[in-house]
Amino acid sequence: MPSTAKSALEAMPDGDTQQPAPQRPRRVPPVRRRGPDCWKGTLAKIILLGLVDAVAVYVLTALFFSQSWVVLAIAALVTVAINWIYLRPGGLPAKYLAPGVLFLLVFQVFVVVFSGYIAFTNYGDGHNGSKEDAISSILTSSQKRVPDSPAYRTAVLEKGGSYYLLVTSPDGEAQIGTTESKLEDAAGAVKDSTGKAKELAGYRTLNFQEIVAHQKDVLGLVVPLSDNPAAGTLRTQDGSNAYIFRSNMAYDKAADTLTDTDTGTVYRDSGQGDFVSDTGGKLATGWKIDVGFKNFVTAFTDPELRGPLLSVTLWTFTFAVVSVLLCFALGLFLAITFNRSDLRGKKVYRIIMILPYAFPAFLSGLVWAGLLNPEFGFINNALLGGADIAWLTDPVLAKISVLVVNLWLGFPYMFLVCTGALQSLPEDVDEAARMDGASAWRIFRSIKLPLLLVSVAPLLISSFAFNFNNFNVIYMLTGGGPRFEDTTRDIGATDILITLVYKSAFGVGTGRDYGLASALAIVIFIIVAAISAISFKQTKALEDVN
Amino acid sequence: MSTLASAPRRTFPRWFRDKGWRHLVGLLTSIFAVFPLLYVLSAALNSTGTLAGSASLFGQLSGDNFAKLFGNEQRPFGRWFVNTMVVGLITSAASVFLGALAAYAFSRMRFTGRRVGLLSLLLLQMFPQLLAVVAIFLLLSGIGEIIPALGLGSQLGLIMVYLGGALGVNTYLMYGFFNTVPQSLDEAAKLDGASHVQIFFGIILRLVTPILAVVGLLTFIGISSEFVIASVVLTDPNSQTLAVGLYSFVANQRTEDWGVFAAGAVLAALPVMALFLFLQRYIVSGLSAGSVKG
Repeated sequence: MPSTAKSALEAMPDGDTQQPAPQRPRRVPPVRRRGPDCWKGTLAKIILLGLVDAVAVYVLTALFFSQSWVVLAIAALVTVAINWIYLRPGGLPAKYLAPGVLFLLVFQVFVVVFSGYIAFTNYGDGHNGSKEDAISSILTSSQKRVPDSPAYRTAVLEKGGSYYLLVTSPDGEAQIGTTESKLEDAAGAVKDSTGKAKELAGYRTLNFQEIVAHQKDVLGLVVPLSDNPAAGTLRTQDGSNAYIFRSNMAYDKAADTLTDTDTGTVYRDSGQGDFVSDTGGKLATGWKIDVGFKNFVTAFTDPELRGPLLSVTLWTFTFAVVSVLLCFALGLFLAITFNRSDLRGKKVYRIIMILPYAFPAFLSGLVWAGLLNPEFGFINNALLGGADIAWLTDPVLAKISVLVVNLWLGFPYMFLVCTGALQSLPEDVDEAARMDGASAWRIFRSIKLPLLLVSVAPLLISSFAFNFNNFNVIYMLTGGGPRFEDTTRDIGATDILITLVYKSAFGVGTGRDYGLASALAIVIFIIVAAISAISFKQTKALEDVN
Repeated sequence: MSTLASAPRRTFPRWFRDKGWRHLVGLLTSIFAVFPLLYVLSAALNSTGTLAGSASLFGQLSGDNFAKLFGNEQRPFGRWFVNTMVVGLITSAASVFLGALAAYAFSRMRFTGRRVGLLSLLLLQMFPQLLAVVAIFLLLSGIGEIIPALGLGSQLGLIMVYLGGALGVNTYLMYGFFNTVPQSLDEAAKLDGASHVQIFFGIILRLVTPILAVVGLLTFIGISSEFVIASVVLTDPNSQTLAVGLYSFVANQRTEDWGVFAAGAVLAALPVMALFLFLQRYIVSGLSAGSVKG
């Protein structure tokens, strides 16, 4: 590539570099030459900075109204920092680095730190928010109609795609509310002859057909009577009468307990982010708490998880190492095979061999999954004449299939890289060795391979790191299956750590467990860090030796 | 090797030992490389549509699957295609720009923290963003509560997440290339009174166009294949990308919609493969400089 730059350089007319000269008299002292000098640059700077600040003001206002003070403070600091970087004279590197670094800090560095935090919580299904959220959600979800409570005559209104209940209280007052906003007075409501409020300015009243058509939304309306969740809510079952519903759970603030008023069962804070009764019954909704090393302890001690996790870790290493070695071996072999300038059709072979690499990786897994499908797949049905080989459902065969598919995906890369490296090897060493009577194999093993490894080793390491987290191949080809039989969790023989992380956090069927998933991600993180630290040291040693 | 080539007329065994086996290897590898691609093309043109029906290559040629592909309203293939292009193009253009800015600073300026900065970028390369997918999901759902336009389900949010990986992956690659442009050039321009902005846009960026193309292309290819983060962020079928959408085609009933999926796969792969083959030379040079397609 350096040659391309050089030729581009030579091709460039001198006039290009001299163009700005007439605009800038040379007497200007060098110190003042910082920052964009021409008016266009200044204008662009002002406009861009203005846009950024406008967005910042919008974000800050939104943060202010959502009362997230910590985030607000950080956002304000960042805004000030950006303005400071671009408005002060000098500090040139910061001006060039700031945009990229900002994204890097938020979406690469912060998210890793955040993962670290999540790993120490019980975040996941049923543990999503704060304790207050959990209590109010329990109170609203466990509601029953208050026996013999009076009916509120009701009309269903619509505004901007959301629905509202316009009710007439038993003492004749019109009130309006919806799920998100509590019942409030609607004095301006138009009433019909029976005194039932039926219309309100700004809203549209739904007729019977419309209520039936949007039955689900209408029945889903839960209008709080007041800010206190214990006061109960109004709900309607037919769109014409609403009744007061009240929770059969009562929260006692002083004792921090929830009591089921029907059965008298008392639920206490278990310290695990749940309300638990004395007999061990647990309420489905809990809240997020810090659980210390519990997720890590679970991963390494829970019999449902320990065994499978160990096999998954071993397989992740096997998969990554064997993939790199196979791809490198085939790539190198092909590179040597075709490293002959007088070989006809070399270019055609080369293009054909690059095709798998150009094919989008996520599609390869899916296509191969169809090819290898044990029942209907092309390989079993057409190539092997209706054989019944369990390519993807037998644990050992599935592993082999994954490796073969990954070889298909990865050998072109190694072929390209090795071809490049081979061509840059010095010719004279080769010749000298041949003069000394060394055999072709000896030349390869003792001269070419060591030289090649020096330039290719860093690529092998990054290829290893890539395959260590090669989600697409595994997930698209086998989905991690076939599943282990000794666990109820969704873990299978070809799962690697990263697919396990994904399945624990976003899997279908099993509950989402962000805490455990993050703990596993941290484990991967540590493994990758350790390996890259060791191996980069090794390659440096390799370089020094040569 | 060249000693053998000098023989004027050779017998078959000698030809085979010298070159023939290379052609045999080439042929076998070509079959291995091309066979799945031919298979998916044949499945796309087979109107039977199911996995079981595609038992012979190119036994049937029809465009039914393509018609079905664009007629499916629950799975809007056209939209996915456009979404992938939009997300991919914006991300790669922005990544290239951010990377070039940073590489310029590292290559042309000396400041405290420069070495540390370069080294930490090199280190960050080892940790792909998908490791933090849970945190990204929760972060975006938090952002969405305050600014809905950037939260879960928004392509803009997804692009921002991808840009977080821009510096780590690209800067080092670009930095090396920026260094090959001689310093004397910008010094001459500086003497002539050009500002740093003029030098950057007017001189450097023009000279490093090859690496910009490589990085942009590799980013585009990488992003258009990215599944993990996109599947978590984009939940509405209308905003999804090809990777997420096409997966949903075969995720549940792998055998039912096979023909339609194959048609979609062919269309999704064509632009990327065309781009790849067309700009092969550039990509190969970028690859040997140390970037892995991901």
